[in-house]
Amino acid sequence: MIEKFDPVLLARIQFAFTVSFHIIFPAFTIGLASWLAVLEWRWLKTGNTVYKEVYRMWVKIFAVTFGMGVVSGVVMSFQFGTNWSVFSDRAGNVLGPLLGYEVLTAFFLEASFLGVMLFGWNRVSPKMHFAATIIVALGTLISAFWILSANSWMQTPQGYRLGANGLLYPTDWLKIIFNPSFPYRLLHMVTASYLTTAFVVGGIGAYYLWRNRHVKHARVMLGMAMIMGIFVAPIQAVMGDLHGLNTLEHQPVKVAAMEGIWETKQGAPLKLFGWPDQEEEKTKYAIEIPKLSSLILTHDLNGEVKGLKEWAKDERPPVAWVFWSFRIMVGMGVLMVFTGVTAAVLFLRKQLFSKRWFQLWCMAMTPSGFVAVLAGWFVTEIGRQPYIVYGVMRTAEAVSPVMGFQVALSLLAFIFSYVFVFGAGSYYILRLIGKGPGVLEKAYGTHGVKEPPLLTDLASEAGGKHV
Amino acid sequence: MFSLESFVDLPLIWYGLIATAVFLYVLLDGFDLGVGILFPFAPSDSCRNRMMNSIAPFWDGNETWLVFGVGGLLAAFPLAYAILMPALYMPVILMLLGLIFRGVAFEFRFKATGRSRRIWDYSFHFGSLAATFMQGMVLGAFVQGVKVQGRSFAGGAFDWINAYSVMVGMALVFGYALLGATWLVMKTDGITQDWARKCAGYVLGYVGIFLGLVSISMTMMNSDVKALWFSLPNTFYLLPIPLSTFVMFVMIWRGLHKGKEYVSFFLSIGVFLTGYMGLGISLWPWMVPFKVSFRQAAAAPESQSLLLVGTAVMLPLILGYVAYSYYVFRGKTSDETLY
Repeated sequence: MIEKFDPVLLARIQFAFTVSFHIIFPAFTIGLASWLAVLEWRWLKTGNTVYKEVYRMWVKIFAVTFGMGVVSGVVMSFQFGTNWSVFSDRAGNVLGPLLGYEVLTAFFLEASFLGVMLFGWNRVSPKMHFAATIIVALGTLISAFWILSANSWMQTPQGYRLGANGLLYPTDWLKIIFNPSFPYRLLHMVTASYLTTAFVVGGIGAYYLWRNRHVKHARVMLGMAMIMGIFVAPIQAVMGDLHGLNTLEHQPVKVAAMEGIWETKQGAPLKLFGWPDQEEEKTKYAIEIPKLSSLILTHDLNGEVKGLKEWAKDERPPVAWVFWSFRIMVGMGVLMVFTGVTAAVLFLRKQLFSKRWFQLWCMAMTPSGFVAVLAGWFVTEIGRQPYIVYGVMRTAEAVSPVMGFQVALSLLAFIFSYVFVFGAGSYYILRLIGKGPGVLEKAYGTHGVKEPPLLTDLASEAGGKHV
Repeated sequence: MFSLESFVDLPLIWYGLIATAVFLYVLLDGFDLGVGILFPFAPSDSCRNRMMNSIAPFWDGNETWLVFGVGGLLAAFPLAYAILMPALYMPVILMLLGLIFRGVAFEFRFKATGRSRRIWDYSFHFGSLAATFMQGMVLGAFVQGVKVQGRSFAGGAFDWINAYSVMVGMALVFGYALLGATWLVMKTDGITQDWARKCAGYVLGYVGIFLGLVSISMTMMNSDVKALWFSLPNTFYLLPIPLSTFVMFVMIWRGLHKGKEYVSFFLSIGVFLTGYMGLGISLWPWMVPFKVSFRQAAAAPESQSLLLVGTAVMLPLILGYVAYSYYVFRGKTSDETLY
């Protein structure tokens, strides 16, 4: 019975589970930290307390999310060794220092100044507090820099040599850090984080408007979110395209899987939907647009696109996963761009804050960023299989010499704990959202705020719709 | 390519750095895990709020030393990391789960109301307890050595469980409780402080007993270690370690009884330091005890060099702003809010 557990598959599922859960939190906090810095800057500059109240509401949500990101992130620093010890041994020379730099330049910075940011209101000057917020925001970006550099190196490795025992040795650090896919992945991910945050904030702002609560604060939230939607969502689409072209250059088989193309063709059609069948080596029930795939990938209607059959069967990733994750990600992106365009039109008609159907739409878009980020990571991580270091080391070789049942047990423990703990976290975040900004609480938490309720809020609560 | 190999002894420096990082982790997370261990025994909810507030701004930074220790191990001694993690698979995962349950309690506890707050009180306590006990068991299993074949762990899934590792686990629970209690003596006043002082005195006895047991049994387990400590003139040179530990125990006890606020905490750190030194001397020069030395486990000199430059630049900065954050939150902690 025990022998039946496949350690490689279990290790992959466990790692996928813990890392997918983890990425949700940084994806949100990277954007949120930067937005909080902007809010605090607006407050210090204009003296308008609405910004401060919005800040104080969202900094509590930030604290809960960041806490969950920290504890799920500490797990990751051990998982390279517990699940992929052979990989750690062989690639440690190259990747270890990158992760070390992440700790040295980002983790300590975030952790130390987070304390000041959350608890330091009356202990440091407003300027110092603002500095702490900026430092935390910078810390999240520096962290993204290093971890995405490490991940990108595993996708497009260079600047190393192969030594005895299959060990990899660094030969050029700049080539390692700034490997070919890194700039694209970094920009794509940071932008994705900003959009994720924007659509959460926008969705909550829309909810308040819809319920006619905290109207001033809600306008700040929805307004600033839609600035991101209008300007950044289209930029993200362009960056995604560039990232895709970079992938085509370095990992063409991943792109073939994303497109569900099996035969190499000139003037390849774009398959909108379909069912890629790994066994039969074709994409069934495909709905196609002629020549569009060639146009997108080669910028030429009759350009040649390589199909999956160019590669041996054991060199191909699980196509259906990649194909569908890619469509989910792109679908979310399209909806975001559409939301931005709609917001621009409504803004010009001075209806951005009054159209109720748009408020409902924004509420529905709240989780779109998370879905897109997860789907995007599924594309890039499943798409590089069967390799852990692309073209150099296979995932199956990298696994730790631990028994399958250990991995299975710990996977169950992780699932149970994460669902419980992060379920509770989501519940508390929803409660914070329910409370909204500037409402005097009975019991102050450590992040509670001792100040009287704002007149505007009292008015909006007492007077209903006339604010 | 860039390397400091010909100028300095890279593996030795990194051995020292990792040892320092792990020690700082033990001290810093030690006192806040200790507060978690003592948590349910506090006389009132207001005391518990105060206890939580005294560590809330620091726990995240404290835990970062663990990530630095582990990340540094991967970077500087990847072979040791690759052998030890699978060998200690279960206790490491259990420790991580403990750290999760206690870590989230900081945020959740203050958001929860009524009975659900109890859930996070216990989550904080049992998470801290489990994390500490598992760290002790990891240490206990580590010092006994692990089975290695080639470049991999070759032992079984339950090699880490035995009477000795359980004993070290319990020893660490009392050790962290001492750090936590003396921290509270320093950071609180009134009934919380009185209670913490009583706790510290009580726990101190157990720390003494367990420290003695662990130290003596350590020398029994391995003949090399025994020879190291119990042969002349070594015994003579090493005598200051147990002696100074004994003196510090007496001074902690006196400090607690004379109502001093700072001395017990810093001397508890001293006890940890001498214990750690004893451990280091016994295990020198092993990175994976009795199998792989720190030189054998060392990463490529280029890798160690690159991270050493970063460490040399960043570590003083980090120590500086960590000190700043402790300075910002200096003095006694209140039970209400930290504003």
